[in-house]
Amino acid sequence: MIKVTIDDIEIEVEEGTTILNAARMIGGDVVPPAMCYYSALPGTGGKCRTCLVEVAAGSTKDPRPMPKLMVSCSTQVMDGMIVKNKTSERVIENRAGVVEFLLANHPLDCPVCDQAGECDLQNLGFENGKEATRYEEERRTFEPIDIGDHIKLNMNRCILCYRCVHVANQLTDQRVHGALHRGDHTEISTYIEKAIDNDFSGNMIDVCPVGALTDRTARFKSRVWFLNPMNATCECTKCSGKAVVWMFGKEVYKVTTRQDKYGEVEQVDGKPQWLCDECRFDKKDVSKWTIEGARHIDRHSVISQGHYEKPNPLDNKPKNIK
Amino acid sequence: MGRKLLLEHVDVPGIETYDVYRNHGGYKSVEKALKTMSPQEVVEEVQKSALKGRGGAGFPTGMKWSFLAKPEGVPRYLVCNADESEPGTFKDRYLMEKLPHLMVEGMITSSYALGANTSYIYIRGEYMFVLEILEKAIAEAYAKGWLGKNILGSGYDLDLYVAPGGGAYICGEETALLESLEGKRGNPRMKPPFPAIKGLYGCPTVVNNVESLCTVVPIINIGADEYLKIGTEKSSGTKLISACGNLVRPGVYEIEMGITVEEFIYGDEWCRGIANGKKIKALIPGGSSVPILPAHLITKTAAGETRYMSYESLSDGGFASGSMLGSGGFIVFDEDQCIVRNTWNFARFYSHESCGQCSPCREGTAWMEKVLHRLETGKGNMRDIDLLADINKKIEGNTICPLGDAAAWPVAAAIRHFREEFEWHVTHPEEAVKRNYGLLKTPEITL
Repeated sequence: MIKVTIDDIEIEVEEGTTILNAARMIGGDVVPPAMCYYSALPGTGGKCRTCLVEVAAGSTKDPRPMPKLMVSCSTQVMDGMIVKNKTSERVIENRAGVVEFLLANHPLDCPVCDQAGECDLQNLGFENGKEATRYEEERRTFEPIDIGDHIKLNMNRCILCYRCVHVANQLTDQRVHGALHRGDHTEISTYIEKAIDNDFSGNMIDVCPVGALTDRTARFKSRVWFLNPMNATCECTKCSGKAVVWMFGKEVYKVTTRQDKYGEVEQVDGKPQWLCDECRFDKKDVSKWTIEGARHIDRHSVISQGHYEKPNPLDNKPKNIK
Repeated sequence: MGRKLLLEHVDVPGIETYDVYRNHGGYKSVEKALKTMSPQEVVEEVQKSALKGRGGAGFPTGMKWSFLAKPEGVPRYLVCNADESEPGTFKDRYLMEKLPHLMVEGMITSSYALGANTSYIYIRGEYMFVLEILEKAIAEAYAKGWLGKNILGSGYDLDLYVAPGGGAYICGEETALLESLEGKRGNPRMKPPFPAIKGLYGCPTVVNNVESLCTVVPIINIGADEYLKIGTEKSSGTKLISACGNLVRPGVYEIEMGITVEEFIYGDEWCRGIANGKKIKALIPGGSSVPILPAHLITKTAAGETRYMSYESLSDGGFASGSMLGSGGFIVFDEDQCIVRNTWNFARFYSHESCGQCSPCREGTAWMEKVLHRLETGKGNMRDIDLLADINKKIEGNTICPLGDAAAWPVAAAIRHFREEFEWHVTHPEEAVKRNYGLLKTPEITL
């Protein structure tokens, strides 16, 4: 075990832990935001640069500060490392810069975007961005395309986190989608607009932090904050069958994986509980699910302010209020 | 006349063929290394020579070699970075085109030093004709027994391949190069792990510039002690400079480190001054990504000392009043040239060549390009100049690979030294558009 200090809070972690995961063990404000890192998908991270932190001392052996800001999702902690996240002016300034970059080509069409309310970029912008943008140029635009029967791709909203590419690489049996072109014209697409038709490809909708990939069987049916998320299970031979069904009355509007407070899929014994496409897209009938109870959404966005889960009066500090 | 190590025989007719090259002392370094030296001794010799990487960053080659991990039973690779795409740099092309056997010889000697049995020359897609020249030289070397199994009876085997890229600047970044060589999209990898630990196909790999590997040949031939006598204390040896821009005689020159910048620009032996009798306005000494120098900082440093062609002298004054030797892409601007237009041109290049992986570079380079294009076409305002400086700060140091820095530095330096010109573009939008920048005026070349 090695000791690391993040924002003046000391914690002991195992060797090989990244700064981000060490911060998540502390929790609260010291956790840097992450848009591209996804713990259940090895190889993700390092791209969005929102999790930049300042390393004020490298280690006990070599206490020199690191000159550049480091990406916390990919930098491993050293014994005696001192990390500054919210306590560093430089981090706050540069993170606001990254948010500005991410929003530069983002259409800000939240009022008509199906992801609104459960969008990581909305939360990021609200918490770390500035009030106004200085970007006055024309934005890059693409036509939305259907990739398969179930998934809609709107590249305009994409922030190129490459999480979905890792889903395609790691979960599905054949990779049919990736990145085309380069620079700010980079485009996530399928090979010659081929349909994505794999048993687990629907998971790319869940990993997408923005509204670039949306569920065609559920989009525009309802705003997410009007729906009641319920933990549900079903018998499935392909996947774990553990899902969250989003209900309106007795109707199932959409089915997603169970996500933790960082928007990442829950893991049981180190196994990510991904959902197969059949459970996700075809079981829109409540009789096909065993409802376990209300889902606690522990994410500080508008959906956690919902009315479906009453705070426990015995608990002095309601968990869902930050 | 400075001493020449690489281009000594470049003008000999037929030097690109094996027989002529061999008659002029070719492949002697391979003989010397394989017959009289152990691999470790070759590495030590290069380390002793203090050869700095000629690709641009100037990292000591010998030190890079000494970092190479040597686990049992895992192959090691040497990859030559011939993806020369920095605007203003064309020295590697000249070397490979004129002296393909020097490249092959450098590869053999260096591969022997590193214990690599398979080596690659990754060449940019636009250099297809150079690829043919190299493949011909490699075939000749195989036929004469310099490549293949049991070279010179020493028991050392080496296979050498030339692999063309698709013509992307980012594939000159060493980890993106390795990705591309593996057949993937040329995106830079996260570091650490560095290629010396985990490189090509997950094996320890050294990636070196063409000129660095070619320079290994004279270092082995004459010995590190002799090599150290050439050049300055901190910059040993000779360097190829590809001079271009408004010069009377642009071209590739081999200089001994430590000649003055003034001599290089105005000397009869070198560039012979500024073309068409104009005055010099600015200089980019090391390829498009290094900071630009205004006229008063070219021949003298800010402290009033003479500026020399060497790593330490060109970077004297840091980024405030200095620059870098970089890759040796020496670009000279005369008084007619427009800095704003040039900065925009470079920004356009970096925006086009950004890989699109990390957000500051992907969005920032494109944003800078758009703002600079507005300024250049007379649609900018004063706010834009500060905005550019701020975007620079947000990109610099926050990206995965150095392309972000390379895109930010020239813009930052142009604003630092030529702010009035940017402001002039805002206050005189119509004149800014009408002005003829003389970009098409070529110098009268008299040889």
